[in-house]
Amino acid sequence: MTLSYIVLGVSTFMLLNSAALAVYAERRVAAFIQNRYGPNRVGPLGLLQPIADVLKLILKEDVTPQEGFKFIHTIAPVIPVTTALMTVAVIPFGDGLVVTEINASILYLLAIASLGVYGVTLAGWSSNSKYSLLGGLRASAQMISYELPLGMAVASCVLFAGSLNITDVAASQEVWWNVIRNPIGAVIFIIAAFAESNRTPFDLVEAEQELVGGFHTEYSSMKFGMFFLAEYMHVVINSMLITTFFFGSYHLPFAGLWLPELTTTQKMILDVSVFVGKTGFFMFLFIWVRWTIGRFKFDQVMNLGWAKLLPLSIANFLIIAIVLYVLNMMNV
Amino acid sequence: MLSNYIPILLLTAIAFTLAIILMTLSRVLGPYRPNKIKLQPYESGMDPVGAARERYSISYYLVAMEFIVFDLEVIFLYPWAVRFLDLSFTAFVSMIIFITILFLGLIYTLKKGTLDFSKQQTSN
Repeated sequence: MTLSYIVLGVSTFMLLNSAALAVYAERRVAAFIQNRYGPNRVGPLGLLQPIADVLKLILKEDVTPQEGFKFIHTIAPVIPVTTALMTVAVIPFGDGLVVTEINASILYLLAIASLGVYGVTLAGWSSNSKYSLLGGLRASAQMISYELPLGMAVASCVLFAGSLNITDVAASQEVWWNVIRNPIGAVIFIIAAFAESNRTPFDLVEAEQELVGGFHTEYSSMKFGMFFLAEYMHVVINSMLITTFFFGSYHLPFAGLWLPELTTTQKMILDVSVFVGKTGFFMFLFIWVRWTIGRFKFDQVMNLGWAKLLPLSIANFLIIAIVLYVLNMMNV
Repeated sequence: MLSNYIPILLLTAIAFTLAIILMTLSRVLGPYRPNKIKLQPYESGMDPVGAARERYSISYYLVAMEFIVFDLEVIFLYPWAVRFLDLSFTAFVSMIIFITILFLGLIYTLKKGTLDFSKQQTSN
């Protein structure tokens, strides 16, 4: 029980820090890709830039638009931050290193992920601006559409693990990572995770040319900062989920076959560093894609979600279920 | 068992307090000088035209309705996916039939063009 509270404190702290670091990394990597310097003035290598950003946002004027719903307008930025932080409760960072062990944690995860839609939709609707409304509508349509392939891809992992507990899903990949057993599912999950966190190529929620700022056009000061923080927290969380479900969680490749017995402390350090390393790679992937690939049109996004990914994910689920069932029958 | 949910409540509380502290800080420390023009909704520097909450495309409602059907399907799949190896052959086949029927439904809605945003704009 004490361990779980230590993990809670550390993971909350690390999540907030890594969100700040992701903001910095995004700007540096963007600069690197575009062959310029990026922020390098505040602190060593510009590392204190996120703190300067937050200070600046706090000192700005907080404007609530006329005729907007003030209460909803204020509460909307809190929702995505809260859901992002709640997700971290069930992600295992190592063998037994999880904030809380609940037996249906995958259902909990999907439920919390769905709640994130409310923040964006309510923000767009309460602002009393046409850009915000259109941005919010697009966001809600896109996020609920991509939740389905995401859910199906996770279901195909449940087939291998035989449990709705994320720690069991992580443990089931000790020898074979799910990306090897279920490559189509992994691709679908990564695409859907990009769409769920509204990142390029699915960031038409805030397409500058058509919608100005999308759902946060009317947000300023720290309320805008909360959406900004939430976006990067979702990048971190989604990288963790990709790692957990498909890339072996805290296991090294084929670790069950060759990894010698370690003491508890050694195992803990190894687990956490492997997990953090993989998460870091996927955070880099999120940034890399943003500065490499252009943005889709809205009908292309909906078409990809409903006409391509959803049928593909259902077919993938069915084939895996049939193959596993037949293999099981032959063994008996 | 229920005590396992206490850390989740704690995390929610932490997130809420953090968000509210940050937002209050900006209210307290930032300037606050509203005027009529500043509080107008942004429309590229022009005076706002008409109401913001106009009627919008029915496609968004259709997407939401489709979502409910297939989200329920996914939820039905989870308990089966956990125990499908221990279930009888009948249970296995009936789930396959269930998925196939919904899959056919998906193909029907796609062929009807329900979810095709570009097609609806030209036909109207």
